[in-house]
Amino acid sequence: MPDRTAEVADRDAPSASSTPSVPSAGRTSVRPAGGGPGGRRRTGSQWRKRLEILFFTAPALILFTLFVVWPIIKAVQFSFYRWKGFGPLVDFVGLKNYVSVLQNDVFIGALEHNLIVVVMSIVLQLPLGLAIALLLNRRMRGQGTLRTIIFVPYVLAEVIAGVVWFQLLQPQYGVIDTLLGAVGLHGPEQGFLGTPKYALMTVIVVLTWKYLGLAVLLFLAGLQSVPDELYEAAQIDGAGWWETQRRIAIPLLGPTIRTWAFLSMIGSLQLFDMVWILTGGGPANATTTMATFLVTEGTKRHNFGIASAASVILFVVALVLALTYQRFVLRRDLQPSRTHKAKKVTR
Amino acid sequence: MKRTAVLRTLAVGASIALLASACSSGSGGSDDSSDGASGDAVTVTWWHNSNTAPGKDYYEQVAKDFEADNPGVKIEISAMQHEDMVTKLDAAFQGGDAPDIYMERGGGELADHVEAGLTKDLSESSKETIDKLGGSVAGWQVDGKTYGLPFSLGVVGFWYNKALFAQAGITEPPATWDDFNADVEKLKAAGIEPVSVGAGDKWPAAHYWYYFAMRECSQDVLADAVKSLDFSDPCFVKAGEDLEALIKTEPFNAGFLATPAQEGPTSASGLLATRKVAMEMQGHWEPGVMQGLTEDKKGLGEDTGWFPFPPVDGGKGAPTAALGGGDAWAVSEDAPDAAVDFVNYLLSDEVQKGFAENSMGLPTNASASQYVADPALAELLKVRDAAPYVQLYFDTAFGQSVGGAMNDEIALLFAGQASPQDIVDATQDAADAEK
Repeated sequence: MPDRTAEVADRDAPSASSTPSVPSAGRTSVRPAGGGPGGRRRTGSQWRKRLEILFFTAPALILFTLFVVWPIIKAVQFSFYRWKGFGPLVDFVGLKNYVSVLQNDVFIGALEHNLIVVVMSIVLQLPLGLAIALLLNRRMRGQGTLRTIIFVPYVLAEVIAGVVWFQLLQPQYGVIDTLLGAVGLHGPEQGFLGTPKYALMTVIVVLTWKYLGLAVLLFLAGLQSVPDELYEAAQIDGAGWWETQRRIAIPLLGPTIRTWAFLSMIGSLQLFDMVWILTGGGPANATTTMATFLVTEGTKRHNFGIASAASVILFVVALVLALTYQRFVLRRDLQPSRTHKAKKVTR
Repeated sequence: MKRTAVLRTLAVGASIALLASACSSGSGGSDDSSDGASGDAVTVTWWHNSNTAPGKDYYEQVAKDFEADNPGVKIEISAMQHEDMVTKLDAAFQGGDAPDIYMERGGGELADHVEAGLTKDLSESSKETIDKLGGSVAGWQVDGKTYGLPFSLGVVGFWYNKALFAQAGITEPPATWDDFNADVEKLKAAGIEPVSVGAGDKWPAAHYWYYFAMRECSQDVLADAVKSLDFSDPCFVKAGEDLEALIKTEPFNAGFLATPAQEGPTSASGLLATRKVAMEMQGHWEPGVMQGLTEDKKGLGEDTGWFPFPPVDGGKGAPTAALGGGDAWAVSEDAPDAAVDFVNYLLSDEVQKGFAENSMGLPTNASASQYVADPALAELLKVRDAAPYVQLYFDTAFGQSVGGAMNDEIALLFAGQASPQDIVDATQDAADAEK
């Protein structure tokens, strides 16, 4: 993350030279053939290099194939069968599982909930995270402590945070209802998690509490790499604190924000643990997500074909979103990084 | 240049992977050597759900006794919370490494396991025990063969707190729904929450619908529905209407839609055990669960009471028929013979006696019935033995797919988002998908 922001600062700062210097031997020579102006090397050393590459990447590639590629292939295969989870795959049903998933009100509801979480996460966490990061970026007393406090929820295991919130949100006996009662307010009778119309919003509030720390941390890291000279120059030109943040800090944070939003969206689409602990998808399916749907269908009801079809649909939704986002939003950030990385390596 | 970065990442990944595989190879080696490699040393893995005292300790002692009598046999116990155990069992069956001895609930699930060749036929190897258990094993037979030995067979009913009932001026547990509704009002008037239900886990809520269906539908209709998966008889809709009427009287605890069944003090069982509500409809395992949920490990103690599900006016079902089910020990297809010996030992007069004395359930071995010390459980045992028939929980009888769809829809009715007809339709749809 700091790489990318540093790069932007470099790009915009007039002092940084943009001509890549000639790569020397040593670190750049790791690049495969054709990388440097040095031309082709001897074939022998090329082979050696290829072997080296193979040797070092093989374990990762094997693990990746075993735990990522293979399960995806299996999920696609399962999705064409009716299968109870044990015994041989014999009952081929074609695309029937996909049709029944896409016609299932609960799944469509789950998709809607996922999209609501995607939007609400960004709408809530972006302004809050930015505001906190800008404040914490100022020199002040207790800065370290404050940063820690903001970041602690993110470090906490999701399950533990979930159980704690579940207990806090208990109707009648929970801390939150007790506090509300003390100031003369009443929580909903069925509790925040037990009332269908509040449950999803409650989950989103807990998610915001949990993941705000990550946004703040990333934004702070981005802000740290904005060179002080820029602030000084702005101050000399007569800009106030707010003006400086608006015209310098936030624009330079652009790539960080875009990357954070990407992570947040993918995380929201795959949302599972917090929902599972807090509500299990209930009450009355008010908080189901695509992930809870497929777990219910799979492990609870043993409809592994339908669960696999749902997981393939989730995969496609996430992939399409990721590719579209990269194509239209992240492209600006990814392309110039090439020249920058080269520069950095040779420095 | 970008590739350099990629390569670097891969290199880091590779070294992490190497580290990880180095670590895992260190711990993985020791496991296989003990499993039946030599003739004398056999390890039998046993999963059960008595994860709280005194059941947990009792089973540890039972395993120790068996090990002492059978040198070379080692019983490896995993005591788990019930829902955890069910989840892990599913995974174990898929992965092909099921424990040697596990709990089998019978019905549609067992039929699936038998069809997939996962469960050992015990008809011959446990003949003596099967004869002793008599009719109780019926739920664990597929095509005339016995695949599980039930160790506890109980019925669902209302567990109540005698002290809270007295406090609300209720002298006798309700015998009709009119009494029940009147008692709910009395409890509310006394500032006591009447009934807790763990609708968050769905099945405790679904039990209400099952029971109403049993009161509304004749035994023939039910037996036929279990076999043919046909729910067109109007009595199933009437069951939903009865349930809807009950929910309208608002007897349930605040937040019941999100309340778990029996995990923690804020679960439905926890609320009853900690004297926050007056009653809960739950299975025969309730006293054991409540004991584990209170600090003094006594549950409601002396105040524990039990009454059966009241009959419905004009219902075609037998008014004393009971909804219930039980747990049986089943043995994996590829388990060692010692596992079968141990299961037979678990159903011996001696072990079932201790099982009864520790209030761990309702013994199926008739010789142990007299040792059921808990008066509430003894009451329940009377009802079980007097019932014209004990209907296996519908979700178990129909199998997970149909049962799951049915339970979900019943939970929606509790939330006011499904009609009695919706329950029948959703169940029928899931059943038709099975055919």
